Amino acid sequence: MPTLSIAELKKQANLIRQDIILMLERAGSGHPSGALGMADIFAVLYFQILNHTPHKPNSPLRDRLILSCGHYCPVLYATLARAGYFPLVELKTLRQINSRLQGHPHNLSLPGVENSSGPLGQGISQAVGMALAGKIDQAKHQIFCITSDAEHNEGQLWEAIMTANKYQLNNLINIVDCNNIQIDGKTTDIMPLLSLRKKYESFGWKVLEMNGHNYGNIIATIKQAKNYQKGPVVILAHTIPGKGVSFMENKYDWHGKAPNKEQAEKALQELRQAV
Amino acid sequence: MPKENKNKSTRDGFGDALLALAKKDKNIVVVSADLAESTRVWKFAKKYPARFIEVGVAEQNMLGIAAGLALADKIPIATSFAVFSPGRNWDQLRISVCYSKANVKIIGSHTGLGAGEDGASHQALEDIAITRCLPNLVVLAPADYNEAQKALAVAIKHQGPIYLRLTRQNTPIFTSAKSIFKIGQANILQKGQDVTLIACGALVYDALQVAKKLATQNISVEVINCHTIKPLDKKTILASVKKTKKVVTLEDHQIHGGLGSAVAELLAENYPVPVKIMGVNDTFGESGTPEKLYKKYGLDQEHIIKNIKEII
Ligand SMILES: Cc1ncc(C[n+]2csc(CCOP(=O)(O)OP(=O)(O)O)c2C)c(N)n1
Ligand SMILES: [Mg+2]
Repeated sequence: MPTLSIAELKKQANLIRQDIILMLERAGSGHPSGALGMADIFAVLYFQILNHTPHKPNSPLRDRLILSCGHYCPVLYATLARAGYFPLVELKTLRQINSRLQGHPHNLSLPGVENSSGPLGQGISQAVGMALAGKIDQAKHQIFCITSDAEHNEGQLWEAIMTANKYQLNNLINIVDCNNIQIDGKTTDIMPLLSLRKKYESFGWKVLEMNGHNYGNIIATIKQAKNYQKGPVVILAHTIPGKGVSFMENKYDWHGKAPNKEQAEKALQELRQAV
Repeated sequence: MPKENKNKSTRDGFGDALLALAKKDKNIVVVSADLAESTRVWKFAKKYPARFIEVGVAEQNMLGIAAGLALADKIPIATSFAVFSPGRNWDQLRISVCYSKANVKIIGSHTGLGAGEDGASHQALEDIAITRCLPNLVVLAPADYNEAQKALAVAIKHQGPIYLRLTRQNTPIFTSAKSIFKIGQANILQKGQDVTLIACGALVYDALQVAKKLATQNISVEVINCHTIKPLDKKTILASVKKTKKVVTLEDHQIHGGLGSAVAELLAENYPVPVKIMGVNDTFGESGTPEKLYKKYGLDQEHIIKNIKEII
């Protein structure tokens, strides 16, 4: 992929956000908060960082992006379409019968989707498995995993995190979307995570943090993670859930609710004005 | 009245009954895994915050905690989507709950293709199979809003673990609020001579509609609402089948291991007759509306009629 300038990356992220709104409005259900919040990071990953070839989605040399929190899939689908994995028009079919764009990702349905997810906590173990395979093969590619903050409520994550340290998986980078919300409320109220930094550090990981909407910061932090040689790296990405749509920002009730026609129009207006 | 007002989900029936029952029985506590609204325990949480335990996205832990609460004489209602509970926490269900006979009520919502647009990952199509094989566990699949209310009331009276299978989608309310609901007692909703149609869950309504349509074609269908999958009502089913000598079963679940399998096991040992098991045929579901999915996966009324005509 050609690397884009920051201005071009911002433009892509804005288009991805517009796609997300259009897709969800049309589907009538789905999850806007996390998807909108991660659009900047996805734009940077797919248009700047990942070594990938959209027309050769199964190339063994490719970097892998494992979406562990499957309900974020609108941002993955929109980014994949923008990167050229499949036609943009197909985004309209999200969540409809016979669509390749399943309500939660299915690796066998759509090119570019590396794993099936939806049930939280499963992706990171699969990312560890892929990283272990990369080590066995002495391969050069890297494994990027995207997890959500409340996903860390699941014990399975900590089992995977422990394993990644044991095998010193320096080909694994886990980006955690720290947006402080989950379904029933704020993470601090539903299940306090306390310090994810201290937790990961005590599990033997290198911990980095970034502002998930500051492009210079995102690019520099991910590059630093890529260059770290000693073991697995976690990036705590501080984001605003619903970012870019004022009435959705920081509101947990938008975790899993699609905008209606009117709300979608308002959201699109805001997004169009932002470019 | 618009149609939707007459339609409600079984999860709504559960949630509404819970509020009423909780008022009378102070031992009822709810354990939630970050799905309070979707599983309809939100109102309970607001009204009885001291009896509401939110464990976050952690279904294995949730069921273990529920078992502990039960062993300390509470009546825990453990709630999530069925794919996660009893899906993800089956080992905890097996040992912490069933082996110990812990008095836990496991509430699994969003079962079957009826879960709809969330897609295959969220559609529990195997939950009957993995629960009905467990000793000490009762498995209930109510047919509509009214029956879900009664099922919860009976479940709370029952001493021991129960799995209550619920649905997301709104469906017609057609059972009477006054009819009797007893664990292990199937209800004959319509008498017939030519074939026994045994269904559970939301599809019982379609079974009845089909029986009505076929009556006009001189095909007489006996419809059994088998809301208790375990313990199976052997007496009612055998008596019906001895009369009709043909069986069709119907469920929003895999054909392997569900209600149809339970009926086939019973008949193979006691009274072998031709059986057609209708369900999802060994495949995962996908995103879509329940109506479109039922049609595509062969569970709509048209397919039921076709199967009945083939077997008689
Ligand atoms: C194992 C499992 N349990 C429950 C759910 C239902 N669920 C979907 S998203 C979610 C939590 C949302 O919090 P977070 O992952 O932080 O996402 P955000 O709200 O920030 O989008 C839950 C409980 C699930 N998908 N998987
Ligand atoms: Mg979150």
